[in-house]
This record gives sequence, structure tokens and C-alpha cells, in this order.
Amino acid sequence: MGANIPNGIGASPRRKEDQRFLTGAGNYTDDINIQGQTYACFLRSPHAHARIRKIDTQAAAAAPGVVAIFTGADLAEAKVGGLPCGWLITDVNGQPMKEPPHPLLAQGKANHVGDQVAVVIAETYLQAKDAVELIEVDYDVLDAVADVATATQPGKPQVHDIAPNNTCYVWGHGDKAAVDKAFAGAAHVTTLEFRNNRLIPNAIEPRAAVAQYSRSEDAYTLHVSNQNPHVERLLMTAFVLGLPEHKVRVIAPDVGGGFGSKIFLYAEETVITWAAKRVNRPIKWTCERSESFMSDAHGRDHATKAELALDKDGKFLAMRVNTKANLGAYLSTFASSVPTILYATLLAGQYTTPAIYAEVTGVFTNTVPVDAYRGAGRPEATFVVERLVSKAALEMGIDQAEIRRRNFIKAFPYATPVGLTYDTGNYEATLAAATKIADVAGFPARREEAKKRGKLRGIGYSCYIEACGLAPSNIAGALGARAGLFEAGEVRVHPTGSVTVFTGSHSHGQGHETTFAQVVAERLGIPFESVDVVHGDTGRIPFGMGTYGSRSLSVGGTAIMKAIDKVVAKGKKIAAHLLEAADSDIVFENGNFKVAGTDKQVAFGQVAFAAYVPHNYPLDKLEPGLNETAFYDPTNFTYPAGSHICEVEVDPETGVTKVVNYVASDDFGNIINPMIVEGQVHGGLAQGIGQALLEQAVYDYETGQLLSGSFTDYAMPRADDVPSFKVDTQVTPCTHNPLGVKGCGEAGAIGSPPAVISAIIDALKDLGVKEVPMPATPYRVWQAIQSARA
Amino acid sequence: MYAFQYHRPASLGEAATLLGKLGDGKALAGGQTLVAAMKLRLAQPSDLVDLGGIAELAGIQADGDALVIGALTRHADVAASADVRKRIPALAHLAGGIGDRQVRAAGTLGGSIANNDPAADYPAGVLGLGASVVTSQRSLGADEFFKGLYETALKPGELIKSVSFPVPKRAGYAKFANPASRFALIGVFVSQAASGAVRVAVTGAGNGVFRSAELEKALTASFTPDAAGAVKVPAGSCNGDLHASAEYRAHLVSVMAKRAVAAALG
Repeated sequence: MGANIPNGIGASPRRKEDQRFLTGAGNYTDDINIQGQTYACFLRSPHAHARIRKIDTQAAAAAPGVVAIFTGADLAEAKVGGLPCGWLITDVNGQPMKEPPHPLLAQGKANHVGDQVAVVIAETYLQAKDAVELIEVDYDVLDAVADVATATQPGKPQVHDIAPNNTCYVWGHGDKAAVDKAFAGAAHVTTLEFRNNRLIPNAIEPRAAVAQYSRSEDAYTLHVSNQNPHVERLLMTAFVLGLPEHKVRVIAPDVGGGFGSKIFLYAEETVITWAAKRVNRPIKWTCERSESFMSDAHGRDHATKAELALDKDGKFLAMRVNTKANLGAYLSTFASSVPTILYATLLAGQYTTPAIYAEVTGVFTNTVPVDAYRGAGRPEATFVVERLVSKAALEMGIDQAEIRRRNFIKAFPYATPVGLTYDTGNYEATLAAATKIADVAGFPARREEAKKRGKLRGIGYSCYIEACGLAPSNIAGALGARAGLFEAGEVRVHPTGSVTVFTGSHSHGQGHETTFAQVVAERLGIPFESVDVVHGDTGRIPFGMGTYGSRSLSVGGTAIMKAIDKVVAKGKKIAAHLLEAADSDIVFENGNFKVAGTDKQVAFGQVAFAAYVPHNYPLDKLEPGLNETAFYDPTNFTYPAGSHICEVEVDPETGVTKVVNYVASDDFGNIINPMIVEGQVHGGLAQGIGQALLEQAVYDYETGQLLSGSFTDYAMPRADDVPSFKVDTQVTPCTHNPLGVKGCGEAGAIGSPPAVISAIIDALKDLGVKEVPMPATPYRVWQAIQSARA
Repeated sequence: MYAFQYHRPASLGEAATLLGKLGDGKALAGGQTLVAAMKLRLAQPSDLVDLGGIAELAGIQADGDALVIGALTRHADVAASADVRKRIPALAHLAGGIGDRQVRAAGTLGGSIANNDPAADYPAGVLGLGASVVTSQRSLGADEFFKGLYETALKPGELIKSVSFPVPKRAGYAKFANPASRFALIGVFVSQAASGAVRVAVTGAGNGVFRSAELEKALTASFTPDAAGAVKVPAGSCNGDLHASAEYRAHLVSVMAKRAVAAALG
């Protein structure tokens, strides 16, 4: 696709949204102030697991400025429900998963450090915070359980009575008998046992909400830092507060990062929406960073044992995976689906492995709920597959690229043994491009040169695949989804020919206001500047399922394309009338409606004007106006894939790993804005390298205390932790959406962790190091070296 | 943050008087630790006595064989000072590696050593150079100034005026930064005086900065990186936590000492 107009498809105009972001004109939730507003502050449990004997709010209620205090008992009395889980998983015995109540404020028991116990609403935030300190809670502290690897053993403290042995479900996927048979006849079996480290998302803008109730309209307005306001509204009204949806408007204004952590319906915004009517005042709540650490849903936290069976030539015969996935203390919105549906279905990777079986145990612990975080299940699956492949190659003495080539899927469509059908791809192309850009041929010389400086250089590969563009609703429904997964778009053509696009795909860093405008400008042949994109408001957008799983362009963009098709179809009828031709003779090209084969034409803007000033208009057969809406439900996932090659230098004296070279060759299908895609890849890689080298949520397994509860102890990646990335794209267009796009938002975070870890292991293999844990901090790398030397 | 009274005296005497009368008053220098602790409600002084308006506390002067740095001198100013870079480059290097740009633009020498964070950089420089801490009441040798975890010899109401650093023959500082906080997981400052006397100060390892007798002995015998690297520092002198075991910290002490000596030798 080439750009037919300036700043059309394939161009890299500067982002429309950056003017306001870079000049301080962004409008975030905490920027919103409503007259008469009060402030909420939550009392959070300091204990991981404690019965609540008594809550004394007397002193707090008498403190200056306090408007109201609510506890779990008040919500129970008002019959306010708990937070729902959006995906039902059915276990190996056909039983539904255990769904313990997820109260907005603790009901009798606090189940993790940071669990909400009470809320104070006061005239100022400081008054609310002061009053929170005056609430006296009589806790009966119970033993806690925090380690996912051991939490299901008999005799451990029980988080929920209805989930014996802290087990939410044991879920199986794939053909176990076929896998067992293949393993029995294998020439080689590679085994891997590891922890996929627990991460804390840390969006730069903390969660925030402002709730308002209008007595005159008997309606609510909630501003909230969220990725999908319609889903927020649906879950909050239908499942928790029992309000009619048309009485609740949810607005997600500018949002400073989500990475998945703002998909979910959280207790805090739900409580203040309910309370706004009770106190008949607007209520603002803005999370403090310390609270974010203990209340935003965390990511990953798996304990996994995986095995790969190979024949003597390194062909993959079967894979067997057993994972214990930490779900935390409660089921967050999509928690149940992440380590199951979004994980086990990806275990084929880019390979023709004929038999795969995965068993996943969902585990409750006294920790913050765990849910989707950039990649959501797919980074975990990619780590399993790519570390198994790298380790097998090393054990069998096969070149890392060669073992991958021997097993690549080469013919499409390809149905995997784990339930997905890949529509298209070219895995050899991305591997070849990455190999060339990374100058793999020159690596031995670089390794030698590094050695002279006392550094150990290693190289690591990762050939990942992801399933994006969630999803055909009927398939998701059959797999347990409790919501649809379509997207909606409205294209409103104004009388003078400019266009406002309303999309359900919220933008919180992805640049939709730019990318979607490029698509619309290109398709309608109008200037990029004439298109504005509106998102994030249930009062303005027809509907929306939101932004997650790299779905915005492939699903949300397609809905807009369908709406444009309707605009063009109607425009042709108007043009036919104006040009006195038959509807079927009109073609639309470069912003003009033409009578085919003639020079008679009318510009898009003239047609738009005629639609709104219908003096010369076929009113007998056509409505005036030019405003079309479309809903689009995808027919398949999209399958972005690529090859990453990472080169590291390890200082064996200190264990410090430096990523010295990083190449990503990705296939995202067609690309609308290469600059934005490159930025998305950079951000994803930084997060993936962060997981591989730095980030680790640490719990004390005895007490359930979060030890890495601030940036003092939780290492976020900084600019100097990553190299200057070399990124490349190869294109096989997606076959089932009109733009041919696949999605790029998560690829960097999905592909990179195994490439980094494999590179470190390659660097240290001569010392006898076979495994390095994530995150591979200097201390842990040094430990691995010491153990190998011992 | 809890409410507090703010004072901005113009002289050291006035500041000392104020602090003497105020029950829960605290001196505020650059605020890089105290203000953060107050925001987290971990500290709640009734009064803050801001030393920022006291002109006599800032500045860098050569005084014979010593460099005298005022207590309120910002890290960035020490790092950029031509005098410091020429005469004790290791100290300029140390100051330029504290925290981030914002911290260095606000944080002060006096504030850092009065707080005596066990993972701070400056205590290693002060102890490693055998500097003297000049207070509103007296002059204290570095060896008697630092008293362990967040403790110093300062008495209530006693304020640091300046620190006098004897200019060494050579010195070096090597820091292994904590990947999260970038405080020193281990920092080692080595110096060799014109007399040949060697001092080695270690920060980040234990409950406060300390001198390593093993390293000083080895480096007195031979001031070379290899001599430092050969010293096995006992793990018992180090702490373990979620970032590093005592053994790893002890190992890093000799590695950082080796690198500090290499830096000192240029």
C-alpha cells in the first residue's frame, strides 16, 4: 500500500496527540475537577491474610472535613455486588472454576496486603487520608500463602473456603494421549523448570476516577483512567451496582499508559460511583504510587515444568507443559483466561509440533490479583517454547537458527494442535532478515574481542508468535468468554466534508488519533488534518470493547473501514443524482465520485454538502445526512510473528549483563504508520528486557508482605538499560481484514525475554551454566556462575 | 505529608537557636531524603528549619592542602567544580554519580552525611579521604563522625558547616549501583595520601560506612588493583537482603576496590 495522499497509509506524520501531551495540555482524570467535589481515600489491609473482628470508625467520623465513611458492612447492607470475572474456565472434570466473592470492601476478611477495608470521603484528600489513620481495625492475623509453586499443597493456609487447596481450576488443553505416545518414542527429551517472574505494571499515570451523580437526571458520570469505558460500564452496572446502563456515562479521557492494568473493573471506582449518590457529592479518587504497587493487578507469576520431545534430527514430536499460575487473592476481570486460553493456545509457536498438551492450575494466594499485562499469556507461552527450543538445540548440538528452520510452519493456513488456525506468515523471512541485520556471521569475532576485555558475549534467539485481534465472539463464547469481542466505529461526515470518527478503541499511548485518521483520510481522499478521532466516552461512542491484545487496528480499524464503505456507498447514490447517472456507474477514486469512463465528477465535499443541504437530492429514496456506523466481529485472530536476536555481554566478575545488540524483525502485516509501529516495538522491547533483567515483584512467602513495594526495590527499566534497537519489518498481509493488518503493541514484550535469557546462557555456557532465572539480575547471574564453578 | 511549620533563618546561629527551641524540628538541607520520607508520612517533624538561606554554608574553597566544601553545596556543583575535578577527581566523580540529575541539583553534602544512609555515596568519600567534619560547635574526624545505621556523632541542634577534605596523592571511587534504586549496592572509596597512608571506605555493605582493615593492609603493601582483588572480604561484615546476599556483597567489595584502585592509578 502506498500513500495516495500526504500523510496517508504508509506515511509517518507526527502524532496528532503529541501537541497536547508535550505542551501540558493533556486532560487526564486527575485534571478533572467538579464543583462541590469531595475526595476518597481507602484504608488498606497491612496484613496479607486477616480476619476483621471489628472496625471502629468513630474517631475518624469526627475528624475535620469527613463527609462519610463506608465499610464492607455498609455495602452488604445496600446489597452491592462483588466484582465479576469475565471468563469462565471449565476444569478437566467438566466443573466450573471456583469463583469466590470479590467484595468492593473486605467482608470479614482481608486477603492481601492492600486489600480495601474501608473508604473515607472528605472535603479534601488530606482530610480523608488523616481520617483513614484514625480508623481502628481489630485484625486477627492469619497465616498467609503467597508462593504459587507450593500453595496447592495440602495443609497450606486457605485463601477461600470454596476453593480447597487454593485451587481455582485445573484446566487441560490438547491431546494428552498423543503427547504421551510421542514422548515414549522420542530420541531426545529436553526439560525445563522455571518461574515466569511476577511483574507490576506501573503505568506512569496512576489509576484515578471522578464519580458524579446528578439528581436532576438521576444519572451518573464516571471519569476513569481506563482502557475500555464501555466494558467498565457494562461490568459495573450489570454485575455490581444493578444500574441501568443508559443512566451511567463512563469517560476515559487522556490515559497515561495501561499495558493491560487498566482493562479491569476495580473496586475503587465502583465504590465511589455508588457513594456519589449516597453523599450526593462528586467524589475524586487518585491512587498514590505506593497504593498502585499493592492494588493494580500484577502480571505473569507462573511456575512451569515443560518438556519437548524430538527425533534424532531435531524435529519436534511433542510438547508437554505443566503450569501453576498465580491468580492472586481474587479473580480479576480477565484473570482466569490469561494463563489458559491466551497461553496454552500459543504453545505451537512457529513450529509444526504435532502434539501438545498443557495442564494449568489456577492458584489463589494472599497476593494482589494477577491479570493481563502486555502480552497476557503469550509472553509466558513464548518463553516456554523458545527456551525449550534453544535448550534442545544446545543439548543436541544443532545450530539455533537451523533447529528453528527445520521445524517452521511453511504452508498456510495451518491448523495447530492447540486450536488456532494461522492464516498467513513467513517465518523464514523474518529469521533471515534478523540474522543478516544482527550480523550473526560476525558474532564469533565479536565474542573473541569481548573475551580480551574480560567480558563474555552470548547470542540468543526468539521466534515468537502471538494471537491478536481478540477475537471471533462465537469462538470466545464457546471458550467461556462472558462478553463479545467485536468493535464499533462511527464515521460522521460534516456538511463541509471534514470527518469525525468515533471509535470504541481507546487510545492510551497507541496513537489511534493519528493512525485512524491516516486510514480515513486515505480512504476518503481528504486531508489528514480534516479527520479527528474521538474515543473513550460511552456518551459519544456507539459502543466499544476497548483496547487490549493488540486489537485496535485489526478490529477497531476494520469497524471504521466498514463504516467508510457505507459512507462511500451512500455517497455514490448522492453523486449519481447530482451527476444524473445511474448509481452503478459511479466510482469513488481519490476523493472524487466519478461517472465511470467519463470526466464527469463531483468531489467528496460537494456530496457531503448535498447530504446536509438537500436542495438537489433524491429525498424520495434516500435519507439526508452522511453518518454511518458499523460493528465488526473478526472471523479469526491475527498472528503477528517475528524473529528477535539478542546479543549480550556478561561481566563474569560482577554478573552484570549488558544488552549490546538487539534486532527485531517482525511481521505485523501491512503497516499504516511506520514511526508509530517502531515506537510500539521499542516500548515492548524495553518492557520485555525489563522482565528479563530487572523487574521482580517480591513477596515474603511466610508473611505475604510485598517486599518490592516501591521503586526503591522494584527495578523498572531505564533508558540506559536498553541498547539502540535495530528493528525491521517483513510483510505478509493478514488475509481476513480489509487493511491486512495484524497488530504490533505487544510483540516486543512477547518476543524478547527468551532471547535475552538464551543470550546470557550462551555467554556462560563454557562456564557450565545451563539455566539463569528471570530476572537475570547481576546477583543471580553471579550466583549461577558460582554454582556452575562449584 | 503532615502539616508543619516552615522557618528560613539567615544565619547558622539563628538556625541552631531555632532547632534548640523546637521540639520536633528538623533541619532541611536539599530535602532529597527528608521530604520524600515526609511525603510517605514516615517522618512528621513539627517544624522544618530550611538552611538554604544561609550563605556561609555553600561554596568550595581551597585551604592549603585541603578542599573545604560547604555543607549546603549541591552534588552537581561538586561534580562540576574545576577545583574538585583537579585536586580530588574521585570526589567529583562520586558526586556526579549520586542519584539522578534532579537529586544532584538539590541534594547537599551536609544533608547526605548527616543522614548517613548506609547505601549513600558521600560517607564513603568522607571516610575514605579521612576528611574533617566542621560543625557549628566543633571539628570531628570522619572516623568519629559516622556511628552506624543513620547515626552520626552530631548532637541535637548541632549543624554541619563544612567538610574539609585533605587532598590525597591519588584516590578512586567505584560504585556498584542497586539496579532498582541506584543507591550503592556496594561503593568503595580508596585513597593514598602523600605520606603513603591508605584508606579504604566501604558503603552499601553493612549498617553504615566502614573502613576495611583487610583492604587497607593489602593496599598499603601494594597499591595495585590485583592486591585489592586478591583480598577476600569476610561475608560477616555485610548484609543480605532481597537484592543481594552477604556473600555477593563481600565479593563485590573486593571487585569494586580493585576498580577503585585502577581508577586512582588512572
